[in-house]
Amino acid sequence: MKIGTVLHPRCYNRDNGSMMTKALEYRDVTFSYGEESAFRMEHLNFSVEEGEFVAVLGHNGSGKSTLARLANGLLTPDRGAVAVFGATLTQKNLFEIRKQVGIVFQNPDSQAVASIVEDDVAFGAENVGLKREEIGKRIDFALRAVGMEEFRTATISRLSGGQKQRVSIAGVLALKPKIMILDESTAMLDPRGRREIVEVVKNLNEKEGITVLMITHFMEEALLCSRAVVMNRGEIVMQDTPEGIFRRGEELLTYNLALPRIGEICNRLRAGGMQVRDSLDVNTLAEEISKCVS
Amino acid sequence: MLKDVSFGQYYPVKSFVHNLDPRLKILFLIGYIVAIFLAKEFLALGACALVLVFAVFIARIPFGKVMRAVKGILFLVLFTAVINVFFHGGSAVYWDGPAVLWEWKIFRVTQAGIMFSAFLVLRLFLLVICSSLLTYTTTPVSLTDGIESLLTPLKWVRFPVHELALIMSIALRFIPILMDETERIMNAQKARGAMLDSGGPAKRVKAIVPVLIPLLLSAFHRADELGDAMDARCYSGGKNRTKYKKLRFSWRDLLAAVLLAALIAGVVVMRYFPVFPL
Repeated sequence: MKIGTVLHPRCYNRDNGSMMTKALEYRDVTFSYGEESAFRMEHLNFSVEEGEFVAVLGHNGSGKSTLARLANGLLTPDRGAVAVFGATLTQKNLFEIRKQVGIVFQNPDSQAVASIVEDDVAFGAENVGLKREEIGKRIDFALRAVGMEEFRTATISRLSGGQKQRVSIAGVLALKPKIMILDESTAMLDPRGRREIVEVVKNLNEKEGITVLMITHFMEEALLCSRAVVMNRGEIVMQDTPEGIFRRGEELLTYNLALPRIGEICNRLRAGGMQVRDSLDVNTLAEEISKCVS
Repeated sequence: MLKDVSFGQYYPVKSFVHNLDPRLKILFLIGYIVAIFLAKEFLALGACALVLVFAVFIARIPFGKVMRAVKGILFLVLFTAVINVFFHGGSAVYWDGPAVLWEWKIFRVTQAGIMFSAFLVLRLFLLVICSSLLTYTTTPVSLTDGIESLLTPLKWVRFPVHELALIMSIALRFIPILMDETERIMNAQKARGAMLDSGGPAKRVKAIVPVLIPLLLSAFHRADELGDAMDARCYSGGKNRTKYKKLRFSWRDLLAAVLLAALIAGVVVMRYFPVFPL
């Protein structure tokens, strides 16, 4: 690692030549859950640029959730450091960092503190001691951002899974975070709920400029990201664009991950002698096929 | 069976009662319980019942919901009633006929016993209905705020009022979730051949263990997750915390307070000048 990147969060981005800010940075992080645990994370170096939408893939126990929890001090590294916008996470700035890094967890039923939508969305904003009017504004903003305005006074337990998770996202948004981490937030939802969440998150990334780290084991979701990262045994083993990752299907299998169906179809077509290029959505693939056929 | 438990569930409609200050509702409940225990005759208890029926009516809680709250304690009530009918004794006469209606060894059914049992049943019903009315009409958050505000004096002796109130409201919020979970686990065990509804009492209690352990495990797991989610949203206890919803005492609250005061006064008066003493 260059010294310059440690001292200055702003670093030169080779791809487009613009100045980019490191939103989240893991510097040589070593972590374990104690002696008995088999899990180890050693010398992990990884960073996310501001405004990026990164997918983190990996099977169970690969260290995805650990990565998320290290980001806002729910876990502290044994060695090394985590930095958010250049500021190293310490006990002192813990709450400042938590305001900037929001995490949405997996289970929609065990994240809500209150039983009414607006009360729950207000929880975080109340914790940091905002004034009433400001909290009201933040609730408006957060519920609008996730498209749940008309459910403001609804009872959470009566909502669908996708709606509950959108409320969880709103609860995090009320703190106006710059980074949002979704720790398998779609894992317990039905396909429709998953789509809802992915749309909301994509929108937040594009319209609000929130940096997103999306942890998932649904390959399809990774297709929407600008970069995908594969973890295995506490290590980052692959890092590329989603297309680049899925081109290496064989390698993915060794990490107990499967290709998204469309990638699999591409591979099979190629194996069958049809020279299609990798394509990650149905329309492009259709074009590729029609090109080959004609 | 588990769906019958309605305690602690908020019933979302807009009503006069829903809009009352939670502090007043809590005080009302306490005052009301005092009143029904001070009442010594049917007339006084009847007045209490009337007030409650009125309250349920304007709270727009459907009759069935109220009955579900009662159903939960039906066994307890019946048990108490039966015991009292057989053992109360007493020689008072309320209607034409002998004071002692039936007697065998230590069992003795008397007119006084029947009247007393009826009184007890009514009292227990009122107690449960009134408590469930509080949770039907008050969201856990405002209930928490109310409790916290009422217990504020304890903060002077460094009692963790906010934390206690939050624990209570989270407990209320998780009741329906844990109910669903229990049902799920029970179904899973039944699908694998567990006999939860048959056999003698000892066997049934034993059969509960494989339900209880996964339930506890999942409850701990949930608690862990909730803790993380709260931490992630900057929770650090009651210090420096603000509240989105402010409690305000309004004319409605005054009206309800006057009603309660009148009820208690009436009951106390009737206690000393009984009209139809039991």
